[in-house]
Amino acid sequence: MNPRLSRRRFIKAVIASSAAAAANSGITSAVAKDRPTGAVERLISLNINGRTRRVDVLPQEMLAYTLRYKLGLTGTKIGCNRGECGACTVIIDGVTNYSCSTLTHSVRSRKVLTIEGLQSAEGALHPVQQAFIDELSPQCGFCTPGQVMSAVALLEENPTPTREEARQALSGNLCRCGAYDHYLNGVMRASGQNS
Amino acid sequence: MSDYKHIGKDFVPPDIMGKVTGKAKYAEDFRVDGMVYARMYTSPMAHGRVTNIDTSAAEAMEGVVGILTAEDVPATDAPSAAILTNTPAYIGDPILAVAAEDEKTAENALASIRIDIEPLPFVTDPLDSLVAGGPDAREEGNVYVRSQEGSGFRTVKWTKEQVDEFRAGREPGGEYANEWSYGDLEKGFADARVIIEEPFVTIGYAHMSMEPRTAMAYWQNGTCYMHASCQSQSFFMPGLAAMLGVETKDVVLISENTGGGFGSKIGAYPIVGLAGYFSKKIGRPVQLRVTREQEYYMGSARVGFQGWIKIGFAADGRATAADVFIVEDIGPNATGGDASSAGGAISLVYDPEAMRFRGLPILTNTTPRGAQRGPGQNQIAAVMAPLMDKAAKQLGIDRLQIRRVNAVQNDTTVYAGQEPVTSAYMDEALQQGAEMFDWETRKNQAKRNGSKVRGLGIGQGYHSAGTNGFDGLVRITPDGKIHLHSGIGNLGTYSFASTSRVAAEVLKCEWDDCVIHHGSTEANLPWNSYQAGSVSTFTQTRTNYVAAMDAVDKMKRIAAETLGGTPDDYDIDGQRVFRIGTPAQGMSYGAVAARAIQLGGAYSGQTYPEDIHEITQRSVQNLAGSGLIGVAKDKLERNGVIPGLACAFVEIELDLETGKYDILDYVGIADCGTVLHPQGLAQQMKGGAVWGMGMAGLERHVYDPQNGLPANVGFHECRIPTYMDVPSVIQVGAVDLPDPQNPVGARGIGEPAMGCSVAALTSAISDALDGHIFGRTPISADMIVNHVAGLDQSFKPLQTNNS
Repeated sequence: MNPRLSRRRFIKAVIASSAAAAANSGITSAVAKDRPTGAVERLISLNINGRTRRVDVLPQEMLAYTLRYKLGLTGTKIGCNRGECGACTVIIDGVTNYSCSTLTHSVRSRKVLTIEGLQSAEGALHPVQQAFIDELSPQCGFCTPGQVMSAVALLEENPTPTREEARQALSGNLCRCGAYDHYLNGVMRASGQNS
Repeated sequence: MSDYKHIGKDFVPPDIMGKVTGKAKYAEDFRVDGMVYARMYTSPMAHGRVTNIDTSAAEAMEGVVGILTAEDVPATDAPSAAILTNTPAYIGDPILAVAAEDEKTAENALASIRIDIEPLPFVTDPLDSLVAGGPDAREEGNVYVRSQEGSGFRTVKWTKEQVDEFRAGREPGGEYANEWSYGDLEKGFADARVIIEEPFVTIGYAHMSMEPRTAMAYWQNGTCYMHASCQSQSFFMPGLAAMLGVETKDVVLISENTGGGFGSKIGAYPIVGLAGYFSKKIGRPVQLRVTREQEYYMGSARVGFQGWIKIGFAADGRATAADVFIVEDIGPNATGGDASSAGGAISLVYDPEAMRFRGLPILTNTTPRGAQRGPGQNQIAAVMAPLMDKAAKQLGIDRLQIRRVNAVQNDTTVYAGQEPVTSAYMDEALQQGAEMFDWETRKNQAKRNGSKVRGLGIGQGYHSAGTNGFDGLVRITPDGKIHLHSGIGNLGTYSFASTSRVAAEVLKCEWDDCVIHHGSTEANLPWNSYQAGSVSTFTQTRTNYVAAMDAVDKMKRIAAETLGGTPDDYDIDGQRVFRIGTPAQGMSYGAVAARAIQLGGAYSGQTYPEDIHEITQRSVQNLAGSGLIGVAKDKLERNGVIPGLACAFVEIELDLETGKYDILDYVGIADCGTVLHPQGLAQQMKGGAVWGMGMAGLERHVYDPQNGLPANVGFHECRIPTYMDVPSVIQVGAVDLPDPQNPVGARGIGEPAMGCSVAALTSAISDALDGHIFGRTPISADMIVNHVAGLDQSFKPLQTNNS
């Protein structure tokens, strides 16, 4: 190991960079160096969209906050911040979750997929994204990232769902514009079935 | 209409990629250096007077940057909404704000602030204020009348007997505040074979856009930069500037994506002012994002109605007279105007030969009201549909027939002034819908199956759907690109893009060569309409048309100047201007643009028409010399009411044991003139249908009458429709006949799309229950169960907001 890059120096450097991110995060200026002794480890690694991200996370911090305000992944929307609307839906180990109601510390050893992680390295859209464009599924678009994530998770588990199955699978995602019909058309198209 | 290149064709709107990838930035997604976070202290009381504010503990907190109180912002006269107030008139009314380095500190600071509030009387149900001795929502009075002759407070009280008569469903005998009429009402009722008389209630409810609104402001060299959630773009700016006490030229508004509006973000609203003043005071960028709960309080709500209607019909079903009286719940800020619009909708959709409207707007200490998708028109659509059914039944005619007999036509005159309409094809829509739905077969099918009963409903929706007098701006650059500048806003209908395609149509150019500029003052946008009231389609197609026609005219003149001949010798196609008869002689759009820059003057925007708005003028000044500028004010003919119309047919299966119903089939037909954007139209018709389903059975205000506390401030409590509340397939169609007063024949549709839905459902529920009329929205399962069981309802007649 490079003696100049001791574990302590490395952590200090990460804390410094995280502190900058946290100060800009708007949640709290408190940073890891302030933590009382014996408290939960705050400097953690997260697997987000296939990449390991080191981030300073408060014990009570919710994943939507970490994603949006510390990692800059603002595609995940906060519509209610109380687990009602689904705009913040992300996929954790293949299962959809409301990231506004998921403790970031609880996903430390898990794989988190957000809307930003769907496009291929070459920029190709995920079939759900393309189908949502073809069907003009979104209206205002604020709920769309959540609708996309729910649809992606559904098709991973059930590649050819019935329309009723799709309706059930997406029912945790509210859309005030009332674009439900168009989203379901998108899911059916993405699954290769005629909408 | 098949010879159009772009009109009536689907396309990929430029903003949809950002929506499906998460890259689209909404107001809260922006961060700037040095930005601080504001949080609001909002009133815990429905009505009160602040007697003392102690912020000393907050000021001493590390990380607190500043405090803004009512003294720091311009005072507003009651009942208008203030940015911050010391006389809160509803729970959630903002009293002060704290800015801090982070939101947590701001919230901790709020918790340390002591505010003493002296409670004042409050009221949540207008009739509780109307009755003699009842509380008033404002100290100045309980009624606020807005009229051209002068607006002001009044105190209007009815005797208990008068209120009881009203509750009992009889014609109200008390004082009212506004009135209009046409025709001979007495004769109309005398000519009627059947007269229907019913009381009604439509309970207000919150807009609840998906995006909790955010405003983020900073100042640079005297200019306020504002990131905000807005329905409108250019139209938002003068109001924003006035709110901030600066000139329109000194605001830059950035609002590229907005997470829904539905009427709640049309013009500048108080928290944008709050962010602006706070940023000015502390010299830092300030972001204020409201919570979901605060969005309920300050996100606006639909006006509620308590009313009485009497309507007469001749033997053939023709409406002979209508008399309507509406007590209107205008919240604490006297916002609304829904009631008179409802009267107007009756006159247009059912075309009674004579009509009288009377209204009384009453203040309540509930969440502030505002325009909400079909304000007035959609409440009355829900009320009217079962009444039409009742009349048809009594006259022994078909429910479709009574609507067709009264359907608004091209020669129908409407409203108090009996004005003409630009065009109207409601009868064609009804026929098309009946065929698609197979009304004739379905109306004869068996209704009952065990505890389940089928109900069929027909609904009609209307909203005036257009305005005029705004500006258009297009630009062609030497690289051959066609730049379409749109200042309408982007609330999620794609109409900013679909209406811009009219310019592409006129310019006969490829869509791939067009670039739409929108979303920021700095994109050099023209003065355009508010994006509300179903007006975008009619209004923006006209502005794009006149701007593109100006560009075509200039191209022909440049060609004549450059190549000889007169402008009339030239035509355009294939992105070239060429000599008629010798098409090889011509110039590409890029070459014309380069020539326009050389020639200067009006060609390249060095000069411009005097009648364009100052916002358009500044945009043209900024663009001058960059290409060929097409700019003009819409002075096309516009004479009469521009109706957006829709009808819906619905079949439900209602369970008499649970009071719940499933919507089995829904067919909605639009009469919006020429179809501009088929997918966009389908979206509006289906989204509107979902809104109607929410209004018919789910959404309502609920206030605790003892403390004025709202019981439903979240999405699920507000009960906005989910996937499971609505059918998974909604069928839609369109009449697709052009309106003669629009250059491409198009009118708007957003609001009628909802009115027809809520009406079809109240009609279907009534049909399933042997014609029973609840006279109330929403119709909840417990109401249905109570009715079936022959029990009293849990509310007294006409009770609202706490039932």
